[in-house]
Amino acid sequence: MSANQFQNPVVRWIDHRLPIFSFLNHEATEYPTPKNLNYFWNFGSLAGISLVIMIITGIVLSMNYTAHVDYAFDSVERIMRDVNHGWLLRYIHMNGASFFFIVVFIHIFRGLYYGSYKAPRELLWMLGVVILLLMMATAFMGYVLPFVIVGVVILHLVALHRFGSNNPLGIDTRGPQDTIPFHPYYTIKDFFGLSVFLTFFAAAVFFFPNFMGHPDNYIPANALQTPAHIVPEWYFLPFYAILRAVPDKLGGVLAMFGAIAVLFILPWLDRSPVRSGRFRPIFKIFFWVFFADCLVLGYVGAMPAEGIYLVIGRVATVWYFLHFLLILPILSVAETPRPLPQSISTPVFGGSGAMAGASAAPKRKVE
Amino acid sequence: MRKLFLTLATAVITASLSNVPVLAAGGGDVVLRQADWSFSGPFGTFDKASMQRGFQAYTEVCAGCHSMNYIAFRNLADLGYNEAEIKAIAAEYEVVDGPNDEGEMFTRNGIPADRIPAPYPNELAARAANNGAYPPDLSLIVKARANGADYLYSLLTSYQDAPAGTAVPEGMYYNAAYSGHMIAMPQPLYGDDVEYADGADTSMDAVAKDLVNFMAWTAEPALEERKRTGVAVMIFLVLLSGLSFGAMRFIWADVKKTGA
Repeated sequence: MSANQFQNPVVRWIDHRLPIFSFLNHEATEYPTPKNLNYFWNFGSLAGISLVIMIITGIVLSMNYTAHVDYAFDSVERIMRDVNHGWLLRYIHMNGASFFFIVVFIHIFRGLYYGSYKAPRELLWMLGVVILLLMMATAFMGYVLPFVIVGVVILHLVALHRFGSNNPLGIDTRGPQDTIPFHPYYTIKDFFGLSVFLTFFAAAVFFFPNFMGHPDNYIPANALQTPAHIVPEWYFLPFYAILRAVPDKLGGVLAMFGAIAVLFILPWLDRSPVRSGRFRPIFKIFFWVFFADCLVLGYVGAMPAEGIYLVIGRVATVWYFLHFLLILPILSVAETPRPLPQSISTPVFGGSGAMAGASAAPKRKVE
Repeated sequence: MRKLFLTLATAVITASLSNVPVLAAGGGDVVLRQADWSFSGPFGTFDKASMQRGFQAYTEVCAGCHSMNYIAFRNLADLGYNEAEIKAIAAEYEVVDGPNDEGEMFTRNGIPADRIPAPYPNELAARAANNGAYPPDLSLIVKARANGADYLYSLLTSYQDAPAGTAVPEGMYYNAAYSGHMIAMPQPLYGDDVEYADGADTSMDAVAKDLVNFMAWTAEPALEERKRTGVAVMIFLVLLSGLSFGAMRFIWADVKKTGA
């Protein structure tokens, strides 16, 4: 877009020298987006907003927090009692971590179901896995990693905008009749999604702030006395179950990291040319079995590592890896997918193109 | 797709609920007594009269062994005391201050800015005086135990004789609400342990509830403000969701119409 499309002379002057407004217009306003995205595509922007919420509350909290083994607990209580609205900041940050993971887990399962990791979006997917890994690492060692996450998120967005969003049909957009401009269609849809998300989030912050935490977090740490049952935050439970399933310390750690590592090579394990699970009858079954498997792992991770829980945990761990390393590669060749629609607009429009929103869409090539 | 969404939502909720047994872990065969707390629920508020009685009971019964490190006298304004009353309460305590100009520590009467003085100077002194057991600080105890309010209410009222055949070691006591049932804390309440100025019930059950009301506040002084704010925020967000849904339908109308 040329600079003289802007009315405001100051904007035009700046844009001629630094095309920041053209860039925003191109990538955030007219950015052509498949018109058939369902509500699962809201979770990407929700994840981004969660990250912003975490960084802002985190920075303000860090101004009052004392990162020292002898003072940390007291400083948190000072935030809760004496800092103006410190209780609100801390509860937003505390529950924000849980909601960030809820949103990201839904975002990931959406990608798994609709094949969003497949060509040409392999790097987009892998950058997303890096973000997941960094989010988990942040829970253990913070402070700098949030900004590393921001950097990777930017790369994730750049990779996303290269080919645009995948969609529930999993087929490529074939032209302007398949897309609508991001603004106002998806800005308003993301805004509605955000309102609903914030409603749930606020309910947790204001009425159940400690529901997803542990009572032990209100007992000062004692190096000489470990709790009877060590249980991590809920979002680590599936990985914790995998860690404990292997009767060998190094092996357990390798399996736990392997559970993430296997996601990196997923685009090359699932070679089926059909992206969306909607057209893959057998894949769809195994997807839900895998989803249930992850819930089972989460449940087992919360239980004591003994007896039946250990057995279930081991079976579920084996299934987790079998799904990626055996089932998906076999399905790639063994499964007969259902016929794909001609284009995104075909099933809806009976083949013919033009529609109101698309007229504003640019003629940018979207593969 | 709606079905898929519902399935996912249900699964997520189920997954988060499956945490509940973990949060309550450590209870074993303990069944808690439940009471109807004024501070529970979305509109919950503290019972100030009961908290004042609870503060008195804490001072007269618990404070001999248990500290309340995060509470300053000035915080007692939340219980409904005025400034003069808080100064009077603080002045009843001796607080170690210093060093003075000669470099010596000295004691003076408490002022509202002081924290409630702890009964022991450090953990080792507390253990030495209590048969090796450490009486925990009570400021956060309601949040530091699963179902804290019901748990503490049960703990305070569940001392009983050990069942036949159960040996209670020297210096331990049998408590039906305590995990493992052997607790080092002697029974603190027997009924009529305190004398309330307002003539309220001083039965073991009533005093235990007063104490829990007080300790629920020490654990979460901002609870009332939090819930009050939360109601306003929820009303705002529900309206915002409705409005943005309407705006979305309006904007998407041309896409949907052409599509239908």
